[in-house]
Amino acid sequence: MADILRIKDLYKSYSDHQALKGVSLSVVSGQIFGLLGPNGAGKSTLIRIINNIIAFDKGDVCIDSRPLDQFSSREIGYLPEERGLYKKMRVTEQLIYLARLKGMSRFDAKKAIKDWFSRLDIANWDKKNLEDLSKGMQQKIQFISTVLHHPKLLILDEPFSGFDPLNAQLIKDEIMRLKKEGTSILLSTHNMASVEELCDKISLIHHGEIVLDGRVETVKKKFGANKFEVVFSGTSQSFSNALWIGAKVISFKEKDDTITAVVTLTGRMEIKEIIASLIGKVEILSFRELLPSMQDIFLRVVAPKEELIANE
Amino acid sequence: MSKIPIILKREFLSRVRKRSFLIVTLLVPVLISIVLAISIWLSLQENQKQHILIVDDNYPVFQQIKNEKGLSYYYQDISLEKAEKLMFLDGSIYTGILYLPENIMASNASKLYVKKQPGAITQRRIEKQIENIIENQKLLYNKIPKEIYNKINTEFHLTPFKINENGEESKINSDQAFVGFGFAILIWFMIMMYGTMVMRSVMEEKVNRIVEVIISSVKPFELMMGKIIGVAFVGLLQVLMWGILSSILFVAIQFFFIGSLDLTSLQDIQTTKEVGRVNHTDIQVLLQDPNFILNRINFAVMIPLFLFYFLGGYLLYAALFAAVGALIDSESETQQFVTPLTLPLLIAYVMAPGVINNPESISAVFTSIFPFTSPVTMMIRMSIGVGDSGGLPIWQVLLSMALLILTFLCIIWLASKIYRAGILHTGKRPSFKKIFSWLKNA
Repeated sequence: MADILRIKDLYKSYSDHQALKGVSLSVVSGQIFGLLGPNGAGKSTLIRIINNIIAFDKGDVCIDSRPLDQFSSREIGYLPEERGLYKKMRVTEQLIYLARLKGMSRFDAKKAIKDWFSRLDIANWDKKNLEDLSKGMQQKIQFISTVLHHPKLLILDEPFSGFDPLNAQLIKDEIMRLKKEGTSILLSTHNMASVEELCDKISLIHHGEIVLDGRVETVKKKFGANKFEVVFSGTSQSFSNALWIGAKVISFKEKDDTITAVVTLTGRMEIKEIIASLIGKVEILSFRELLPSMQDIFLRVVAPKEELIANE
Repeated sequence: MSKIPIILKREFLSRVRKRSFLIVTLLVPVLISIVLAISIWLSLQENQKQHILIVDDNYPVFQQIKNEKGLSYYYQDISLEKAEKLMFLDGSIYTGILYLPENIMASNASKLYVKKQPGAITQRRIEKQIENIIENQKLLYNKIPKEIYNKINTEFHLTPFKINENGEESKINSDQAFVGFGFAILIWFMIMMYGTMVMRSVMEEKVNRIVEVIISSVKPFELMMGKIIGVAFVGLLQVLMWGILSSILFVAIQFFFIGSLDLTSLQDIQTTKEVGRVNHTDIQVLLQDPNFILNRINFAVMIPLFLFYFLGGYLLYAALFAAVGALIDSESETQQFVTPLTLPLLIAYVMAPGVINNPESISAVFTSIFPFTSPVTMMIRMSIGVGDSGGLPIWQVLLSMALLILTFLCIIWLASKIYRAGILHTGKRPSFKKIFSWLKNA
């Protein structure tokens, strides 16, 4: 599939610091791409550059295989982290205005608003001013304003902040539905659970550079350190014997009649050989690879070096 | 396609639809009309009948004084002290004492002691009668027949004309400049009002963060221009409405006063002045008088000029206001920026009386050409007349206009740079050094 967004060797500096130092990434059409990184890493600068809000110094940015220009905004729907709409403007008028700025006709905008209102169950709001709505409702309107013009690329910066769990789920479902329809999504968030839940690929940006990227499973495997969890019934003695030279036990935990063991492979035996040798010695109830959470990975990558040394 | 029209339309409609716009549009002409009507009414109205006790040191010279509508005279041979006592007696009907001193023929002056200030018309009526009697007395004394006097009675007018080396003449008319001053005040007021409107709107978009979404769809320059032009249209619509409503109300007031006034009483004043000149207290006469100030103003020139200088001045200052709006985060910060920004306008306003008195002074010429003051000063100088019809050299007008256009183009270019960087800047207010670096780098 073609890339909806391709960024190559992007540099941007402000008067007092270098915000981006040769950032490259690409978002494949129909994927959800997680842009991760601590505060001040350069995410906002990158997002603003993609949205043509600020200019970059050097590099290439292509949207749908075309270099970034004033027409690119039609292909992009942008939900900034700091939300805001006109408080004293009618909801529908506001949505039409924003859609028209994206190049949509008034007629098409009205039709799309009607669809979205019925989909998100908000049919009676069109005559109301924004300030008359609750915060969660305002967030819904803001989300609609982002997707109204059928963008090919959605850029969502912390999309779930401010939503109650019910509405957050609603928005998550909508994001998944849009993905299914072919929309590509760039998701910038600190919420690592939603990254694991939604993202196909991630890039982790730190001090203006990409320090980690790839498919979510690949990244997790890379940080996985070959740990496995085995739940069995039997004795720990016979379990340890069965492992032989293939794996080392890190911990045992007994509960009722079962024992949960965490082991790490030594690399001298294949995983299936170990399982084969265990079978017959103990009764295996479950066997799974222990992968780190994105949260752990994030912390390990971006934690200051001194802290890591102290931990080791 | 530029998105300015879409932005412009929103800025325009969102303001015009507000109730406050309707109220201001309706209220201003109504208030002006009310003030006008009250002042006319007060000057014409006499709500209390005056009973004037006359103390005549030349008794019985002024005995021929006649009662008039609302005015009764009581002619007695008493002293001033006695008259005062009489006036303040319980149940006294006298409301005033007219004291005619012995030397009145030489001094042409007398005193009117009153309990309550009489209206202008009443005072004028008394003056006319005394004036007539004194004149008649003087004619008799000098043995001049009245017909002869009427023939030789002269009222002389001096009109200064300016002449240039080609022999072209032009009339200097400083009171016309007061109408120009009116236009200038209107321009000043409107630049301040609509300029701050632009500033607030920029600040609001910045504070509620919608600006980030909008400038991801349009260029900051388009957003700024759409806003400035949209508000300009609001201003033009408001002026148009004020013009129409004021004209209607002005005509209505005229009809009201001409209809309700006892015109005969006004005519009386004029006719009682047997040897008199034209009397200008009558509103109808006033409005038809070709010398009346409003009738001397060339509105066909002044109105287009007003629109030009309003738009030019507004665009110049609105761009600056937009830049300021992008630099601040709250209403409380506005003042420290707005005051220095509008200082040139304020100076022009303060200088206005000097310009009226001496429209050709170097400072008047300079401030009418300098773009930050010209919208105010040039309107005053312009009302005196341009080129052949008046005193103002046409090159000064053209230079002033050209400079205004050039400057506003420069300012808009500079302001858009500050605006672009400012609207994304949150937190600590940028230093002047930082703003300067925006101008340099953008």
